[in-house]
Amino acid sequence: MTPAAPQPQRWAKPGVVAVVLVVLASAPLFLAPFATSTVSRILVFGLLAVSLDLLVGISGLPSLGHAAYFGVGAYAAGWVSINVTSAIPVPLLVGAVAGALGAALTGWITVRAHGVFFLMLTLAIGELLHQLAHTWEPVTGGANGMAGIPPARVGDQPLVVSGYVHWYVLAAFAVGVAVVLVVSRSPFGLALRGIRDNEPRMRALGYPTRVYKYAVFVFAGSIAGMAGALLAAQQRLVTPADVGFATAALALLAVVIGGVGTLWGPVIGAALVILIRDAIGPGLDGHGTLVLGLVFIAVVYVLPRGFGGLVSRRHR
Amino acid sequence: MTLTCHGLRRRFGALTAVDDVSLSVTAGARHALIGPNGAGKSTLFKLITGLLRSDSGRVSLAGQDVTTASEVRRCRLGISQAMQHASLFPTLSAAENVTLAVRRHEGRISWMPRRQPSIHARTDEVLDQVGLADRGRVQVGALSHGERKQLEVALALACRPKLLLLDEPAAGMSAAERAGLVALIAGLPAEITVLFVEHDLDVVFELADTVTVLNLGRVLLSGDPAAVRASDEVRQAYLGGAR
Amino acid sequence: MGAWLDANLVGVVNGFAIGFLLFIVAVGLSLVFGMMDVLNLAHGAIFLLGAYVGAALAGGNPSWGGFLGALGLSALLGLAGGGALSAMTEPLRKRSHLDQALLTLGVTLVVAETLVMVYGDDPLAVGAPPGLDGSVPVLGAFYPTYRLVLIGIGAVLAVLVYLVVERTTLGALVRATVADRDMVAALGVDNRLIRVGVFAFGSMLAAVAGVLGGPIYGARPGLDSTVLILALVVVVIGGLGSVRGALLGALVIGQVDSLGRTLFPDVASFVLFGALALVLVVRPRGLFGGKLGVRS
Repeated sequence: MTPAAPQPQRWAKPGVVAVVLVVLASAPLFLAPFATSTVSRILVFGLLAVSLDLLVGISGLPSLGHAAYFGVGAYAAGWVSINVTSAIPVPLLVGAVAGALGAALTGWITVRAHGVFFLMLTLAIGELLHQLAHTWEPVTGGANGMAGIPPARVGDQPLVVSGYVHWYVLAAFAVGVAVVLVVSRSPFGLALRGIRDNEPRMRALGYPTRVYKYAVFVFAGSIAGMAGALLAAQQRLVTPADVGFATAALALLAVVIGGVGTLWGPVIGAALVILIRDAIGPGLDGHGTLVLGLVFIAVVYVLPRGFGGLVSRRHR
Repeated sequence: MTLTCHGLRRRFGALTAVDDVSLSVTAGARHALIGPNGAGKSTLFKLITGLLRSDSGRVSLAGQDVTTASEVRRCRLGISQAMQHASLFPTLSAAENVTLAVRRHEGRISWMPRRQPSIHARTDEVLDQVGLADRGRVQVGALSHGERKQLEVALALACRPKLLLLDEPAAGMSAAERAGLVALIAGLPAEITVLFVEHDLDVVFELADTVTVLNLGRVLLSGDPAAVRASDEVRQAYLGGAR
Repeated sequence: MGAWLDANLVGVVNGFAIGFLLFIVAVGLSLVFGMMDVLNLAHGAIFLLGAYVGAALAGGNPSWGGFLGALGLSALLGLAGGGALSAMTEPLRKRSHLDQALLTLGVTLVVAETLVMVYGDDPLAVGAPPGLDGSVPVLGAFYPTYRLVLIGIGAVLAVLVYLVVERTTLGALVRATVADRDMVAALGVDNRLIRVGVFAFGSMLAAVAGVLGGPIYGARPGLDSTVLILALVVVVIGGLGSVRGALLGALVIGQVDSLGRTLFPDVASFVLFGALALVLVVRPRGLFGGKLGVRS
């Protein structure tokens, strides 16, 4: 192992990756359309969770407002799809750029803060953007959400069947996760881990840590924005709830259940969260939130390092 | 690289931790800073590295005034410090710790993973220099106390310092580790100026060519080791401090 | 200026009413922050609990008995809730801020969802008690009596809390813990009871504020996060663990929120964010902040 590379992870095993991708890609072939779209939603949410883990787990920046950039990306991609074009990859790129812009405009304040201040600021900013989504009706559609987003198109061919949409989501998910993994293993990624472990020491070594934190904040915002664009394409409706604190909290829950800092764990966490919300929730008269709240409390006490923590502990 | 401090003063509330300290460290010196606890040694270090700002006075490096320069900027100019209490990256391996320092100094912090043989070679070289050649893959959390202090020195050396500040490098080390450390510092090339704080006077008199004694924030005496060893004033400050 | 004030007097007085209400909510949050370094995201849920107690006991057309009963019950529930939260966060003291945030977040979800299950999704209105439900003329404009009374109650509570924290031995210990937690622990003071007490007291104030705020906000799902965010902004602006800061921050945010909504209805959120950003750039630790904000 070279000194620069992180500990070998399961993702590093190309065989496992290939099998997982093949299984995911063949989901539409053996699942009903509704189940397929649930898997798509898991992937969308999983990409959001992975981008959040880059902040929380790799860089030590526990954001409570990450859904804001997810929402900004979703609204921007939706707006472009309605008003300009829904041809792939335009909405995806617009979503990524919008997420990055949103993070760039707000991140310069958050990265100045430490500890509990960072939590509070990200929460406040996320919530303010949520309110903006509510009040800026001409663009966002207000409380009813942005409806009537046309299906994504490949050339002139609209993707209407859930299977095709799933493949589009899967492809973008794979690209997004790959980019995050690449960055996390780069020299920049090692520097982020250094900042997470000991920021004053990084400064003493000559790293301008605030610039690094800002860079990763914006980068994670762009990945979240990309996930938002996928949401717009998959759900074809964007509501203020997608921007809100509840979404940010669920993404955080996915990260923590899956294992902070593992990057692959949050995808599994996202699957659990979405299954509880969409599959178990309806059976409880829509009170899946109650179950999720209990899961939150249980995870903190019982599984502080998530499932990923269990795996890596066994490997040490 | 020469270091000149002129009339440095720093207060914390009613306490004047560093009081009108002037200090001149010549290029290539092995300069020791001694004094009882609370003499202001660590505060003086922080004023030199830029972690703290002085209330008055000036600091210059190689003739260049850096009184208001940031920590990052001073680091770029060639100051590097090994902290008193090892301040490392606990979840990273020893080699990754050193790599962070090496890469900041002579690599590019790119967003893409890349093979950088020169960085790896330099990392191995530094680890070898401090005697941690076979511990590179161990997580810092699993290193012994002495090994962490060695790694701390490695991080400082990895920046190819022109001025190396060592804050009690030998504290908490075993006799064997201490002997290794003394040999390491003694063997550093003359381009590296060394300023160190140390309580172990054997280490001080073995290494130092100049000794400055601080007491209650002021310079008590500065001179060659023999003169300092002979001084009544120093003996009194030390014994007084111990009593 | 005179003409402007005439036109916006209602907004200004409203801002004071909201400001004092926010102070009652935020001071507990701020002290829990300052003393324990715990981000208590369940603070909004406690407020919501109080709001629903108000809706259940007082309702749209309350009697004095119902209103005072709601105040008493919410105070008890707040004390109990704060005690429970304190017990729950105690084992996490050595863990990260994130873990504490997650735990209190889970509590918020459970409390809010339980309230929805009991009272339904629809907003419930809460009226002012008899005699306070009318309007009185203030400088030529008619203004709801209840809000003026709320300003009075808020001011009295502010003075009381200030006196307790700044002038009593107990308060001195609280302030010392805010200033340097480790030092107080090192002095051998066992401040566990004080931690529980501050948590319970702060939560009681939040629950009472839920009832007091009923005639303004009512009781509805989502109110918890709205109030939590406003309280957080107050605490950030005022500085952690400072009673004076919480009061000043609350009054500023009350005005910003009230005037922002009447003068710039479309961008009220931005005005709030702008105020937050401005304070943080000028005074990164808040207007009365200690050293906590810059700890790394």
